[in-house]
Amino acid sequence: MHSIDLAVTPLRELNQSLHGSSEAAEWEIVNPKGSHAVAVGVDDALDIHVRGNVGYYCGGMNKQGSITIHGSAGPGVGENMMSGRIVVKGDASQYAGATGCGGLLVIEGNASSRCGISMKGIDIVVGGNIGHMSAFMAQAGNLVVLGDAGDALGDSIYEAQLFVRGSVKSLGADCVRKDLRPEHIELLTGLLEQAGMTGVRPDEFSRYGSARQLYNFDVDNFDAY
Amino acid sequence: MSYRNPVTTPRQSATFDEYTLSEIRRAAATGIYDIRGGGTKRRVPHFDDLLFLGASISRYPLEGYREKCDTSVVLGARHAKKPIELKIPITIAGMSFGSLSGAAKEALGRGASAAGTSTTTGDGGMTPEERGHSDKLVYQYLPSRYGMNPDDLRKADAIEIVVGQGAKPGGGGMLLGQKISDRVAEMRTLPTGIDQRSACRHPDWTGPDDLEIKILELREITDWQKPVYIKIGGARPYYDTALAVKAGADCVVLDGMQGGTAATQEVFIEHVGQPTLSCIRPAVEALQDLGVHREVQLIVSGGIRSGADVAKALALGADAVSIGTAALVALGDNDPRWEEEYRALGSTAGAYDDWHEGADPAGISTQDPGLIERLDPVAAGRRLANYLKVMTLETQTIARACGKSHVLNMEPEDLCALTVEAAAMAGVPLAGTDWIPGAKANERY
Repeated sequence: MHSIDLAVTPLRELNQSLHGSSEAAEWEIVNPKGSHAVAVGVDDALDIHVRGNVGYYCGGMNKQGSITIHGSAGPGVGENMMSGRIVVKGDASQYAGATGCGGLLVIEGNASSRCGISMKGIDIVVGGNIGHMSAFMAQAGNLVVLGDAGDALGDSIYEAQLFVRGSVKSLGADCVRKDLRPEHIELLTGLLEQAGMTGVRPDEFSRYGSARQLYNFDVDNFDAY
Repeated sequence: MSYRNPVTTPRQSATFDEYTLSEIRRAAATGIYDIRGGGTKRRVPHFDDLLFLGASISRYPLEGYREKCDTSVVLGARHAKKPIELKIPITIAGMSFGSLSGAAKEALGRGASAAGTSTTTGDGGMTPEERGHSDKLVYQYLPSRYGMNPDDLRKADAIEIVVGQGAKPGGGGMLLGQKISDRVAEMRTLPTGIDQRSACRHPDWTGPDDLEIKILELREITDWQKPVYIKIGGARPYYDTALAVKAGADCVVLDGMQGGTAATQEVFIEHVGQPTLSCIRPAVEALQDLGVHREVQLIVSGGIRSGADVAKALALGADAVSIGTAALVALGDNDPRWEEEYRALGSTAGAYDDWHEGADPAGISTQDPGLIERLDPVAAGRRLANYLKVMTLETQTIARACGKSHVLNMEPEDLCALTVEAAAMAGVPLAGTDWIPGAKANERY
């Protein structure tokens, strides 16, 4: 186990050490105190535990790494992550998992607005609620929300799938409710298990996705533009 | 013999001219705004409205070809461990694979590398072809983040965060369904054949304070090795440049309204943003006010066509320029040899701008394999290299005539303006006078 105290070690030294670390090494980071860009660009199967709250972009562009934030995360946690796993034990601010291409992001508490914005293949599981404009222009991947969703969920969505157990305040342009078929139950079962969310039945969720009406320009959709 | 009253010659309206009438009819028939590629086509004050004074009794010139006139530039030394060193102060602007064919991207890489300069990716990710053929490759970081990944980020020689572009400050990318081939779709994680209207704002930051943190993240991911550029459209050049510096940029790329785009609304191209000429001095003044002129490099683009344009941009305070449209013309875009086909498409050589339709006879702005075959990337790359070298020689010619041993030694005092407008925008005297319209001590643009 490597331990880094961000109260004494500069951020640059931390990230460069992570980039040069060997596979499967364990790391503990203490005293993050809201630092930005903690454990970004991880490129190996490291097991990283951050003890405390982090600022912007923790775990950004993560590949293979398993990062657990024992606290809350600022904006853009796990942005553009490619693979691996990021778990936020507390809440997450705006843009959680933005543009993520792969891997699993778990937020055990609530996520704020624009969760999963422009997601490109990532799976996101949120234990609580998500804010407005979540999954805006979401291209691919799955967003699972155990609580409620705010306004304009899935606005201008492409091929991502959204699963919400609670209420949805409103749906965004071109986002519609769809049937929850057996393959979706199977998918949800797997994602909930991977995320460690127990006591939740997959058939309690509703599925949302693209109506595909705005994929090509049509002047008769004038009111939607 | 009967008398006939004289008749008035039919008079066309200057307001409702032939082009305007045709556009009204087209809009009424189709229900869609006009979309096209390129930059503004209207006449705006430009480098043509400036002249160099040349040497005189008080300034002596350098001998052509004999006395050295250096053209090398270093970009990104402010914070990056590995700044970019270029032989010439002319770079290739960002243009995406998707909007351009793979062969065109390869040709840009070949031409730029042969001339000792860099090329730039676009809104669609990095292809192996362009990385392989570009000695120096700038990787654009765009709102859409299509194809963005840390491996390509680390392969890049510099990172360019795109905030805006001159053709459409405040607008996102547009790639219509006709050009979305399977490969383009896969790189962008989107279905084949749908219209792709990229986001106009970045998804995970808003404003200069966030941008500073975003730059920190990108530097941390790449271990502080890569220069970070910020590209802005010609909107508010003084404040945008100052904020880019404050956010931590190594270089500012400033693109005026003559700068091209693969596709956007005609109304956007022609009515939003400022001409390149009016953007340079405010940007330079911002750098000077912050004490970072030459430490943070300014790269100017939008309507650069010749060594004269390069020299004028540098004399006004830029460190380098960037070309897009001119580079495509050097590859073969709008070549009269395809005139018959341009006419069949309802256009003519020199005016063809329907790049979004993917039917480019020159094989450049298309994904059609049959058309792409027409572009030989080796020969096209050679033409681009020739053109870049000619522009560099022209720039040196002017610099030597002004007595300068490095092209970056040219200065506003070497220039005068032909029009009041150009004098005011460029901040140089109207020819034959010592009058700089609008100039006041400590004035902010």
